[in-house]
Amino acid sequence: MFENLTEKFDTVFKKLKGRGVLDEENIREALKDIRIALLEADVNFRVVREFIEEVREHAVGREVLDSITPGQQIVKIVHDQLALLMADENNQLKLDGRFPSPIMLVGLQGCGKTTTAAKLARHLKEQGNRVALVSADVYRPAAMEQLKILGNKIDVPVFESGEAENPVKICVDAVEYSRANGFDTLLIDTAGRLHIDQPLMEELARIKAAVNPSEILLVADAMTGQEAVSVAQSFNETLALDGVVLTKIDGDARGGAALSLRKVTGTPIKFLGIGEKIDALEVFHAERMASRILGMGDILTLVEKAQKTIDEKAAKELERKIRKNDFTLDDLKTQLQQIKKMGPLQDILGMIPGAGKIKGLKNMQPDEDELVKVTAVIDSMTKEERAHYKIINGSRRKRIAAGSGTTVQDVNRVIKNYEAMRKMMKKLSKGGMKSFSRGKIPF
Amino acid sequence: MADNGDTGFFSRLREGLSKTRRGFVKNLEEMVVGERVISREFYDELEETLISADMGPVFAANVIEEMKNRAKRNELDRRDALMNVLNDYMLSILEASDKPLRIPKDDLFTVMVVGVNGTGKTTTVGKIASRLKQEGTSVMAAAADTFRAAAVEQLDVWCRRADIPLIKHPTGGDPSAVAYDAIRAARSRGTNVLLVDTAGRLHTKTNLMDELKKIKRIMARELPGAPHETLLVLDAVTGQNALNQARMFNDEIGVTGLVLTKLDGTSRGGIIIRIADELKLPIRFIGIGEQADDLRPFDGREFVEALMSSQ
Repeated sequence: MFENLTEKFDTVFKKLKGRGVLDEENIREALKDIRIALLEADVNFRVVREFIEEVREHAVGREVLDSITPGQQIVKIVHDQLALLMADENNQLKLDGRFPSPIMLVGLQGCGKTTTAAKLARHLKEQGNRVALVSADVYRPAAMEQLKILGNKIDVPVFESGEAENPVKICVDAVEYSRANGFDTLLIDTAGRLHIDQPLMEELARIKAAVNPSEILLVADAMTGQEAVSVAQSFNETLALDGVVLTKIDGDARGGAALSLRKVTGTPIKFLGIGEKIDALEVFHAERMASRILGMGDILTLVEKAQKTIDEKAAKELERKIRKNDFTLDDLKTQLQQIKKMGPLQDILGMIPGAGKIKGLKNMQPDEDELVKVTAVIDSMTKEERAHYKIINGSRRKRIAAGSGTTVQDVNRVIKNYEAMRKMMKKLSKGGMKSFSRGKIPF
Repeated sequence: MADNGDTGFFSRLREGLSKTRRGFVKNLEEMVVGERVISREFYDELEETLISADMGPVFAANVIEEMKNRAKRNELDRRDALMNVLNDYMLSILEASDKPLRIPKDDLFTVMVVGVNGTGKTTTVGKIASRLKQEGTSVMAAAADTFRAAAVEQLDVWCRRADIPLIKHPTGGDPSAVAYDAIRAARSRGTNVLLVDTAGRLHTKTNLMDELKKIKRIMARELPGAPHETLLVLDAVTGQNALNQARMFNDEIGVTGLVLTKLDGTSRGGIIIRIADELKLPIRFIGIGEQADDLRPFDGREFVEALMSSQ
């Protein structure tokens, strides 16, 4: 996530590093590069202009006296500005205690509203709410069917209505249904529409008037370009949005739309859609996002994600092992088993500070078969071999291959990858992670 | 696929793009009227105009460089000269991409439709199918998106509307198996065109890209040369990431044509020019509305004219 922008900034600040003195000239140069990086990241050009001005003012005003290096100073200023721009304490869903509190999802076609509706329903249900779903999309073929299937998967009832019905009436009926059946939250999935389609925008306004939602969330694709601004403006003017959900952020989009949407709507980004699976929804953290943009990684999210799937103790142990570079083949096996639960390896690596900088990491995603094979190879090792991989010589390798039903080449590859992983962790524990834990910017 | 000679096409395209064109051209005209000498502000404005059309800062810088060079040669001191130069420059970039899809009538022609989530693949398949059917071509569709909930049903609705046979398996099945069955069915029925809809996938997901390679491999094994066309569907609302998408899909599975959808909004789809500039891939269709006949063969001249001409 935000990998490319991160890489960009890394090069930008590498130029500043080691110059000693931060003068007018190198600020200008850095800002020029930052401007291009942000524009390449699809931040709206007006938002970029304001942002650059803000950073310039801060940089010139504060000088470099209280900082260790000019590079750190600039990183901190840009980071703080980014975080400030995206931060909002009110990023929780506000359910107002009505039965039900309706939550309405709106957005362009194909931004991921229906998937997000199901993900949110699951999230709210996990928090103990009694949730129902309804689709007000009478236009897209099989849109209602899609929501029904997703609802079944997560065991959340989907209000049934005819496709020929009026979307406003469907929503009103669904509210009535929720009230009668004791649901405290009703998620309304609306049809995708262009922000310039007046009749359809008016339809949304009518739905709003009829059900008075507690929350109206704009669902937006992280890959959105410059038009994010006019889209957000239109939806906000028509509906007075309460927040934004940013989807498809698990790709390599630089995600500049996040900055634009936040700036234009003035409402918080509340959630991130981070994958196709129905639990791939994350709460938005501005600080973390800013850190991520600047290549400082996101160890907190990593630990949190691990906690959810493993348990806290195991997560702490993993963190300790990574820090101490005390990572054995046994640990590798445990991790590979957890990876299946935690999601793609590249997502996880993206959260580790500095991992984005390591070349070749992007291709390090093992497939499922590979995981099975690696597990078999490690299972065929002795306890001693797993703790001290260096003793695994040629004849041991032959034995392991025979025992695991693989080839010596497979065994070699497992050990080689393991070695590479240890090396990577060593780098991390030396650099990003330690300094991060002391609350400093790794640079 | 031939254009029907629909006289309304150009006006329709213009209408579809007009919301964006108004802003685009107005800016440029305001900039140059009454200004004989081209100022720095002018180039700043031009850069902004190009960037706001999603052409990206790097490409915008290239265009400006080109304009500056021409200004030095005194080719750029009048308004119409400026419009012409910009027009020509865009056109020269689109030249290699201005290649409509030609479908031979004598044998089975297979089209695989790919793209990231939510760009409009299923809708595009539905529209192409309806259009071909209207033209009297025998066409069949295959629902190889076995992942997304109700994707099969969505395509089924399109196919029933247009009275086109659809090959489908239950959701969760192997998409390659659907493609395999579809090719067999299309051959035995003597179908002219087979359209294979695939699940949306982010270009960064290695395992999902491998799945596409497999579908392609199975198709080629059943029918040498298949898929004859691999269409990548891009959303005009997408910014610079569309270039990454095009690059990765092309590197991984080999793209032979592009479709740019959702041009009926305010997005100008300027990224397509950058993609054309860097990858030289043919742009086959543009989508300018929700109806079946709102999918149009791409025409570079009309696209640029609709984008740049004053009213």
